[in-house]
Amino acid sequence: MTDLSRRDLLAGAAGFLGGAALAGLPLAVEGQGGAPPTAPSTVPPPPAPPRPVAPLDATKMPGAPTAALGARSEYFAPTRIPNGTPVGSSRTPLQDLTGTITPSDLHFERHHAGIPTLDPERHTLTIHGLVDRPMSFTVADIKRFPQITRTYFIECSGNGGAGYRDPKPDTTPQPLAGLFSTSEWTGVPLATLFREVGVKSDASWFLAEGGDACKLARSIPIAKAWDDAMIVWAQNGEPLRPAQGYPMRLLLPGFEGNSNVKWLRRLELGTKPWMTRWETSKYTDPMPDGTARIFTFEIDAKSVITSPCYPNMITARGWRSVNGLAWSGRGRITRVEVSIDGGTSWHDAELLNTPQPKSTVRFQYMWNWQGTDATLLSRATDDAGYVQPTRAAMVAERGEFTDYHYNQIIGWKVDRSGAVTFHGAT
Amino acid sequence: MRPMPRMCTLVAVALSACSPSPNDRTDATNASFASYDAGAVPGGPGSKQSYALGHLAADSAIAAMNQDIGPDGVELPAGRGSVQRGAVVYAAQCSQCHGAKGEGLPTFPKLVGRDSAGAPTPEFQFATKNKTKTIGNYWPYATTLFDYIKRAMPFATPGSMTDDDVYAVTAFLLSANAVIPDTTTLDAVALRAIRMPARDHFVPDNRKPTATTK
Repeated sequence: MTDLSRRDLLAGAAGFLGGAALAGLPLAVEGQGGAPPTAPSTVPPPPAPPRPVAPLDATKMPGAPTAALGARSEYFAPTRIPNGTPVGSSRTPLQDLTGTITPSDLHFERHHAGIPTLDPERHTLTIHGLVDRPMSFTVADIKRFPQITRTYFIECSGNGGAGYRDPKPDTTPQPLAGLFSTSEWTGVPLATLFREVGVKSDASWFLAEGGDACKLARSIPIAKAWDDAMIVWAQNGEPLRPAQGYPMRLLLPGFEGNSNVKWLRRLELGTKPWMTRWETSKYTDPMPDGTARIFTFEIDAKSVITSPCYPNMITARGWRSVNGLAWSGRGRITRVEVSIDGGTSWHDAELLNTPQPKSTVRFQYMWNWQGTDATLLSRATDDAGYVQPTRAAMVAERGEFTDYHYNQIIGWKVDRSGAVTFHGAT
Repeated sequence: MRPMPRMCTLVAVALSACSPSPNDRTDATNASFASYDAGAVPGGPGSKQSYALGHLAADSAIAAMNQDIGPDGVELPAGRGSVQRGAVVYAAQCSQCHGAKGEGLPTFPKLVGRDSAGAPTPEFQFATKNKTKTIGNYWPYATTLFDYIKRAMPFATPGSMTDDDVYAVTAFLLSANAVIPDTTTLDAVALRAIRMPARDHFVPDNRKPTATTK
């Protein structure tokens, strides 16, 4: 994780500073990952890359012509952090984003055998097993069904490990929480397709299988299909990106990322789970009592402040918006609180959009900084009454080396110089 | 896995508890589809009716894709493979990523390791110790090994191994993890009979949605 953290840091910092030329950045922070939080100013942010040149007065000349594809401002070049392998991931630069929707080209990635190239004219979804009529649907068939559009987050169940197992002051939101993205998804309710094939009464689980090189497969309780599962083919107004499952994927609102099977090609209905490699040896949660929880689908309530954050340097006293993202896989976020004193006192934050079930809200708390030390934390509550726990509470319950479902309270220390560093020891 | 039905109930209860009014199609929120049907959609064909889209899937098409091996192993194909043969196949097909002895490489997982082989109760402390999970100390079902190797391995050429070779590599890895003797030859019957050391440690999700810790 140390190596990843360093690269995460560089990419995150470059994104914040508006730069793109990662390769040109000196490795100035190497070896300083363990700098004590009491002396955060010893962790200097990387130097800013050269800025694009703008005319002194843009009103004195015509601007650029129209183009076939839009591009971001040269002053804003956010990037993911890919680890560069087919079994890898890339993380959303949460510190660079606003609102709740993740631009599709910045949606996080997690693949188990690379991104397959699938021809939408040849790809089909087959539903079989405990059904009256085993059927196959082309992508064109799927698009003829009544469609619905919903906004949901997807979060990898391993998201947050860097802040839980190895909290370091020089960490940005990207490695901390960037295996999390939110999109507007369009597709057909899985219930509609299950009604088409006729589900037999003894069916209680279904296996969802992808058409990638590892044919990733997860067993899902059938109740999810009748509740809110979807087969989606579009994301943020256009077809799914290949990295998000083109031409179609399973969307299980609120369930851990890997169960939202991408490149979906097959659903088999049965009476019990299949116990695939991913749901037994990987995405399970060992507990201190010598058990391991299996089928831990739901993402519990969670939040992260994305502004301010490391490597920001707060240069001016006075009012500023402290804001970030909150979400729950079990329902609506009902409340987000912010503390500026490390959790001694809490204040209700404003929710900037209407909370939807299993979706994302941006919260905001206005803070009048007067040059004193502070520790900013956020704490989310969902409509089941669940309150985000501290790291200490989670370690006591689940152990220091648990692998998934990290949702502990995290935040940022601000010292009197205005330097911002990660604070994970809650 | 006997406790599963209990978990289904738990999931169903949890899901229904946090869903808004299930039949509210005019509410553009993220509603449940419990009562969704064709007749509820404006212009749809009517309640309990079908859209009549898609086509019947041929048995052969399903069989070509449906190669899942569940935990009771009833779907296991014909074929057999010995530990000895598995060592040869492993060296040729697997060792470049997983190491000569299954020790793993930075991006590919360790496969072999039992710190309490032969003990009546294997140690199962992964939450309080920084301990690597292996087939021998963590995988609950031997059938999953066959399923996954056949499904996804070797990494560069998935689906290229014969069923005999999949049995052989499965046997080799189970032997290397001290689950079976190195004289074993595995076939469907023998593989079904294997009980993995970690089998009884898995429990359904017992998090409490309303608790402050979990």
